[in-house]
Amino acid sequence: MSMDQALQTYIEEGRSLLEEMEDILLQLENEPLQDDDTVNALFRAAHTIKGSAGLFGLDAIVSFTHVVENVLDKLRDGELAVNGDLVELLLKCRDHIALLISVVAESGELLDAEQERTGEALLAALRGLLGVAPMEPASPTVRDTPVEASGGGMMEGDCWNISLKFGRDVLRNGMDPLSFIRYLSTIGDIVSLATDDSELPDLAQLDPESCYLGFMIEFKSEADKKTIEDVFEFVREDCTLRILPPPSHLAAYIERIEHASGNTDMIGQLLIEAGILTSHELEETLAAQEKLVAQESGARVPVGELLVKEGVVQKEVVDVALEKQRQIRDHKAQEAKFIRVNAEKLDELINLVGELVIAGASASLLAKRSGDLVMHEATSVMSRLVEEIRDGALKLRMVEIGETFNRFQRVVRDVSKELGKDIGLEISGAETELDKTVVEKIGDPLMHLVRNSMDHGIEPGEVRTATGKPARGTLRLNAYHDSGSIVIEVADDGGGLKKERILKKAIERGIVSPGQTLSDHEIFNLIFEAGFSTADQVTNLSGRGVGMDVVRRNIQALRGTVDIDSEEGLGTTVRIRLPLTLAIIDGFLVGVGKSAFVVPLDMVLECVELSEADRKAADMRNYVNLRGEVLPFIRLRDQFEVNEPAGKRENIVVVQYGGLKAGFVVDELMGEFQTVIKPLGSIFRQLKGISGSTILGTGEVALILDVPALVQLSVASESSMAE
Amino acid sequence: MQINVRRENGACRLEIEGELTIYHGPEFRSCLLENLPGCDETEISLAGVTELDTAGCQLLLAAKREGLRLGKQVRFVSHSLSALEVIEQFQMAAQLGDPLVIPAQR
Repeated sequence: MSMDQALQTYIEEGRSLLEEMEDILLQLENEPLQDDDTVNALFRAAHTIKGSAGLFGLDAIVSFTHVVENVLDKLRDGELAVNGDLVELLLKCRDHIALLISVVAESGELLDAEQERTGEALLAALRGLLGVAPMEPASPTVRDTPVEASGGGMMEGDCWNISLKFGRDVLRNGMDPLSFIRYLSTIGDIVSLATDDSELPDLAQLDPESCYLGFMIEFKSEADKKTIEDVFEFVREDCTLRILPPPSHLAAYIERIEHASGNTDMIGQLLIEAGILTSHELEETLAAQEKLVAQESGARVPVGELLVKEGVVQKEVVDVALEKQRQIRDHKAQEAKFIRVNAEKLDELINLVGELVIAGASASLLAKRSGDLVMHEATSVMSRLVEEIRDGALKLRMVEIGETFNRFQRVVRDVSKELGKDIGLEISGAETELDKTVVEKIGDPLMHLVRNSMDHGIEPGEVRTATGKPARGTLRLNAYHDSGSIVIEVADDGGGLKKERILKKAIERGIVSPGQTLSDHEIFNLIFEAGFSTADQVTNLSGRGVGMDVVRRNIQALRGTVDIDSEEGLGTTVRIRLPLTLAIIDGFLVGVGKSAFVVPLDMVLECVELSEADRKAADMRNYVNLRGEVLPFIRLRDQFEVNEPAGKRENIVVVQYGGLKAGFVVDELMGEFQTVIKPLGSIFRQLKGISGSTILGTGEVALILDVPALVQLSVASESSMAE
Repeated sequence: MQINVRRENGACRLEIEGELTIYHGPEFRSCLLENLPGCDETEISLAGVTELDTAGCQLLLAAKREGLRLGKQVRFVSHSLSALEVIEQFQMAAQLGDPLVIPAQR
């Protein structure tokens, strides 16, 4: 894997971790009392983002996330309590990290001045929470206990061994080693401290503002390595720090490594997990490793070896970790549950499967014609397999819509704060699956609808209570499968649409002529007309219709439809219907004269013969009596101007879409057919009633019917005739 | 910070009043450079030191070493409580080698 690819992986992983963080934070905001796992997950997410950023040398991310991580650590230890302000702050920090990832990691640029300031402000707020004031001037502190020159001091063997060498500039940067040592003594006992003045020059050469001292400290404490390291956090960049655990701890560390969770097979991570190595030390070691590689341009010195050489970790521990690493690797090889696949490769596969479907259809057609039974059988087995492969390949691209929905938790939270309304989001049907390409493209229209509902649909709290509704407004996102399409609903319990005003506006705008009578449904759908999207209507029409035409256009581009239901005073529901997939569908092949058409099979309800009586009557009217129901129909022969005369018999294919039923009159029913959708060229974009084309086994082209458009057409012409 | 210098018979006494910190480092250093070489014995009184920091400690150590290098005596005496505390914190008493007066238990 090249560095570039690795970085790409990091960015992707970072994003999904950030999403996870957001989810958890929102969860915390609603129910502040969560178990440890939740906060742990939060901590781990920040930790991983930071750790990996270190590997790529993305210092801006590391330094910011580091502080966030410290706050999360306090949260985890219960030193900080969850409250609204903290969540708010952490959410902002999350956003800042996201910004850092997209600017620093993805584009390789620097933040602009304003973004920097935001970061600084967040850091200041975080540091406030940490409660460490490391920059305090070294004022003479009055100690509670009197100063005693201890004779020999406590000489005990079992101590942490801390070696600390400060950088020259540490004093100039306003930090005094003295305050760190004082702080250190608050988390344990300094058993002995030796000042190393070997670098101190002669008085004449000495720069009084530089720091020449180093310290060897024997330190007795129950704290873990990370806590000790954190004491020096603010001078971490400015000093060389080696913390060796007491000999008696080694056994415990070794045991911890042996029982490591096996989440990682990186030796550094293993040691961090056991608590013997801190991530900072690992970063330093890795940087040193890179440097060595660059210098000697030779083989890479293993991390483990380097850690021992640099005196960061004892050799015994590294040996155990190496053994564990080998075990984990062996184990990993056996159970790789997920693999990451490039989306392009998947698309390629789907294309190939599409070609295979076409080729298979042609082969089975030839087999049928040849009359060779054995061959026929062989091809039919093959067809079945091809079908399975097709389904399998398409399923690879199916993702649950829940992830998209969950993003709206944040949107709803932020927008409702912005608007000063109390609005809750309810999500259902999150497990409903649809094609990844559709999911990617549905985000924007959904965002628009959600914002619209919150802004203009749901009334302010006072209005709601006055009308007897609960003060808290509810926005619902729902998804379900319905006859070959996925339906996504955005519903609110707000004021609903006001019919008269919409109608009035439509007449003013010349979209509707004054005498026209329209059904409620038609009136509501007027808001998707382009003329409704100008600013002055926003106020007049309580804003519904801002860019709604854009929403509709986006959805239509996905071969979907959108419509709206509303009850004044009770709320509005916008329903988006989308095809499950954009590539291959099960089709129903019908013939009219010599032409062939494909109806998506999921929409076909039944096929009935057009009786002789109906045929005669049908010349006069465009509907039949289907078991007591009025069924409007369209003659595909007339619709597409097929010139050959009709055969002796005609059939009706009954289709259903969005609750409406209609019939297509065709000559011939040719049965099910796996249809690879080939989009029509842009010249044909205006073509009504056709959504695409496909290639038949014979090599001929069949047109795929755009059922939604045709159903609308037949229902509309039927209702206009009725008037 | 203020340093009172008194020289008599090749001996020198420096009395430091106020903060001995990074801000006054250069001043203290030049005062030491001025007085140390010409005197056989230098006594530096820390009685008036109200604050001592790492930069200050460094200078104390450097002064001692300078004395060793030149073969002169450099002594710190009458450490103030603030100075004692820092020297204790850094466990530098042995390095400086001057007798310290341990304050009575309060």
